[in-house]
Amino acid sequence: MSHHKVEIQDVHYRYPDGYPAVNGLSLHIRHGESVGIIGANGAGKSTLLLLLMGLIFPSQGKIVIGDIPLSKKTLPLIRQRMSMVFQDPDDQLFMTTVFDDVAFGPRNLKLEEAEVTARVTQALARVGIPHLRDRAPYKLSGGEKRTAAIASVLSMDPDILVLDEPTASLDPQSRRRIMDLLKGFQHTKIITSHDLDMVLALCERAVVVKDGKIAADAPSLELLTQAELLESCGLELPLSLQGCPRCGLSSSAE
Amino acid sequence: MSNLTNSLYNLRQMDDLADQDTLIHRIHPLVKLLLTLFYLIVVVSFDRYEIIRLIPLCFYPLIVFSLAELPLAPLAKKILIVQPFIIGAGVLNPLFDSQTVVFAGLTFSRGWLTFISIFIKSSLTVAATLLLIATTGMHRLAAALRLLRIPRLFVLQLLLTYRYISVLGEEANRLFRAYSLRAPRQKGVHHRAWGSLAGQLLLRTLDRAQRVYQAMALRGFTGEYFSGAPPRLRLADLLYLILWAAFFLLVRFVDIPSLLGSLLIGASA
Repeated sequence: MSHHKVEIQDVHYRYPDGYPAVNGLSLHIRHGESVGIIGANGAGKSTLLLLLMGLIFPSQGKIVIGDIPLSKKTLPLIRQRMSMVFQDPDDQLFMTTVFDDVAFGPRNLKLEEAEVTARVTQALARVGIPHLRDRAPYKLSGGEKRTAAIASVLSMDPDILVLDEPTASLDPQSRRRIMDLLKGFQHTKIITSHDLDMVLALCERAVVVKDGKIAADAPSLELLTQAELLESCGLELPLSLQGCPRCGLSSSAE
Repeated sequence: MSNLTNSLYNLRQMDDLADQDTLIHRIHPLVKLLLTLFYLIVVVSFDRYEIIRLIPLCFYPLIVFSLAELPLAPLAKKILIVQPFIIGAGVLNPLFDSQTVVFAGLTFSRGWLTFISIFIKSSLTVAATLLLIATTGMHRLAAALRLLRIPRLFVLQLLLTYRYISVLGEEANRLFRAYSLRAPRQKGVHHRAWGSLAGQLLLRTLDRAQRVYQAMALRGFTGEYFSGAPPRLRLADLLYLILWAAFFLLVRFVDIPSLLGSLLIGASA
């Protein structure tokens, strides 16, 4: 458990249409860290995740996961260590039952069926939805779908979890449940989001991406209280740090 | 676009029906698939003038239907949906095949016989296929197809299409709703917008396909698709297969209605 670091070294990526989405981005994430990656729309967050997962390859620069440099050859190894939860759970839940979906990864690892069942049961229990195992994904609510999507990567037993907007389009209670769930995980977590309150609650470190580069990288509480910096990057203070509409006082006001 | 929503709902209704636990639902999916295929072959193998001999074959859908405890209305509706096509295909038969035959004391053109025969055959085959889906469900059917050594990719494609047809339908629904809200006095979609609407839908589908593929690739998908162990074949499954197959063969090779008729006439004489 000591090598789950993520090292991104001067990575560049240009889309086929010439748009430079990532411009010399470097980032070092340590074992067990929870890092929130924030930035305005089009800042390069999603591209960064695609690069990190080896779904696209940098035109320049290097990504190292643990001690393994990311390349086509090392992809299977890296994807066992690092799993990603997609923003739209419908992209991730493609099987006909929740069980089969959660079993999809372990079965691809060619595990014995008994081991597959054990892993699925464990993953479903971990996220608290064992009762949904035989349900069809399209019948689940938004929050349940998101939870099932998280279970479907937990069954791969990854060391590093990458989450793309885990709280987007959830009702407040489902959002809270997902946050509590993620808070309980010991994994190294890399979370992109526009939900700055969630980043504040879950991530000890926040990284602001602007124009495909890192604009700021600091402890969340320190970074997310800098109104000017956030504004210059197309963001604003987390709602919990903004003034109360009735009394005008910020909840963080001393 | 409530029609689209309704169709999606109907599609999913079959899945709900397939989730029940009855004698028929418990039968091995492969057995049900093979029996349905065999039934279809037997039904269509009858000559187009042999209407009476088709009648015993009605027992199969009727018995399966009642044992599976399915609701009548949704299934009957689905059978009725195809009937206009069948009527369209057969309605000219009485004109083309105008030779007359005497049947039960009445004189008809033979075209009417073939028309009725097409009608009965289509109802039976559609009913049997619907019953297969309503008592088996798509994922178990896919497992049965794999047992028949249908290539993985085809089965995977079938399952993915089935899974995403609702997502695609919802996307189409949103697209059309947005269109109709900005075109309040129009009925349907103006032909000038067809191209861009269909194009939009295609592009969204491609994006979606790309993301689904990425999600699969991230979980180790390399083109091989593992769906777990198939259910085990029991003695009851085999018995079910043998009894129905024997019945179908009997109906195919023995003229049961005439036999019964002559027995009745013989008994009353």
